[in-house]
Amino acid sequence: MIEILQYEFMRNALIAAVLVSISCGIVGTYVVVRKIVFISGGISHAAFGGIGLGYLLGVNPILAALPFSVLSAVSIGIISKKTKLSEDTVIGVMWPVGMALGILFIHLSPGYAPDLFSYLFGNILTVPRVDLVMMVTLDAVIVVVVALFYREFLAMSFDEEFSIVVGVPAQKLYLLLLCLVGLSVVVLIRVVGVILVIALLTMPAAISRLFTHDMKRLMLSSIGTGITATVCGLFLSYGLDLPSGATIVLILGAGLIFSSLVKAL
Amino acid sequence: MEEIVTLENVSAHLDHIPVLEDITLSIQQNDFLSVIGPNGGGKTTLLKIILGLVKPTKGEVTVFGNPPESGRRSIGYLPQGVGFDMQFPITVFDAVIMGRYQRFKKYSDTDRKCVSKTLKIVGMSDFADRQIGHLSGGELQRVLLARALVREPMLLLLDEPTASVDPEMQKSFYDLLSRLKEKMAIVLVTHDLSVISVYVESVACLNRKLFYHGPAEGAMEALEDVYQCPIEVIAHGIPHRVLRRHNNDRDTPV
Repeated sequence: MIEILQYEFMRNALIAAVLVSISCGIVGTYVVVRKIVFISGGISHAAFGGIGLGYLLGVNPILAALPFSVLSAVSIGIISKKTKLSEDTVIGVMWPVGMALGILFIHLSPGYAPDLFSYLFGNILTVPRVDLVMMVTLDAVIVVVVALFYREFLAMSFDEEFSIVVGVPAQKLYLLLLCLVGLSVVVLIRVVGVILVIALLTMPAAISRLFTHDMKRLMLSSIGTGITATVCGLFLSYGLDLPSGATIVLILGAGLIFSSLVKAL
Repeated sequence: MEEIVTLENVSAHLDHIPVLEDITLSIQQNDFLSVIGPNGGGKTTLLKIILGLVKPTKGEVTVFGNPPESGRRSIGYLPQGVGFDMQFPITVFDAVIMGRYQRFKKYSDTDRKCVSKTLKIVGMSDFADRQIGHLSGGELQRVLLARALVREPMLLLLDEPTASVDPEMQKSFYDLLSRLKEKMAIVLVTHDLSVISVYVESVACLNRKLFYHGPAEGAMEALEDVYQCPIEVIAHGIPHRVLRRHNNDRDTPV
């Protein structure tokens, strides 16, 4: 077991597992309690446009996905608040339009895209060091923002109207929360891919929620659940030569079913 | 008596549908006012105008001499129904302390003490660590009242606080309110006509327009106009006040 840690890709994979779990534990908790699961799905799929743009411009696709995903987060928030379109309609537009842009950009890029599949479904075994640096930075931003606005995020997620009455700038905070979702999507893409991001933003928090009604404990336990699932998934996919993103998602799914049964007993 | 809230010729629309028309109304210090009227009559909108959550399309609103956005600092608010997820991972204590929120200021020991004290006043001290969903309808309303009271408000706005509360709890809820009215003005939106006979001092009858605003005794006939059907009020509890018929204030919007 220890000797596989000699490989750099394995060390990187373990670091990635922790980094991914931090962002999905914190942001995923808000995604679940504020019920913005499908907005997050929309943001993650729209981020694929950025990946395509990265290919087209010849820059790191993850780097290009960052502005794309934050921009789509802000636009989903603003468009659904300021227009008569309902939120799920806006999601239904952003989701495929982002994907379509990505496909178009990749089609226009010279040559072919060898690791396209890993951006769609993730591969924890091929996370390069440069992406780890970016994931650390984004995690740090997420932790700092949530630490600064913890009370406000709690009040806004719990009861938006009342939070406005007591002076919480709820609408701005909602946009900020969507931006955090955008950042965590970028952190997660390398490990589970744009299509499976939603699983990591939902399931660790959904599992932990069965066992606590304290926000801070919920976040910590979601981080723990995330680490357990990603590390298990990592070793399973390495040992059995399975696609890692899908393995992690299935472990989480099984974990959710198992813990619901335990809870029901 | 000092006027703490004034509305002058206020009209409001929701999605271009007129909800309130030409409302002129003032609330005095230590008023206990009940706003009564049919569903869709604009009662909730009236409260939201006072809170600055709904902008009037016409007219002037002042709250403690200021526009509603700054005046609402001194308002405690208990919204209608349950505007949140009952499964939300939060305890009673943490939900109530949100009433003490101030920007750029952490919750202090004073805030925490005030929450404990207020939970005691509403009789919910033993429930402080409960998840908010594990409460009965009456217990939840007491908690939400505590959340409004921890702001130490000068005006308390209550939107149908007893709609899902059993009669026994209702009575103790109203008794609690009559103790609070020494310290603050209370505006109570309700369907429960019996409260006006026992607890409330003045009544506003609202159905898009203000049909009546005055002492509770004179409200009965106006109510018949507002609801457009005969109304019979059965005063339960101890009727301190006998309702009289007033023939002269029919259809006189104040």
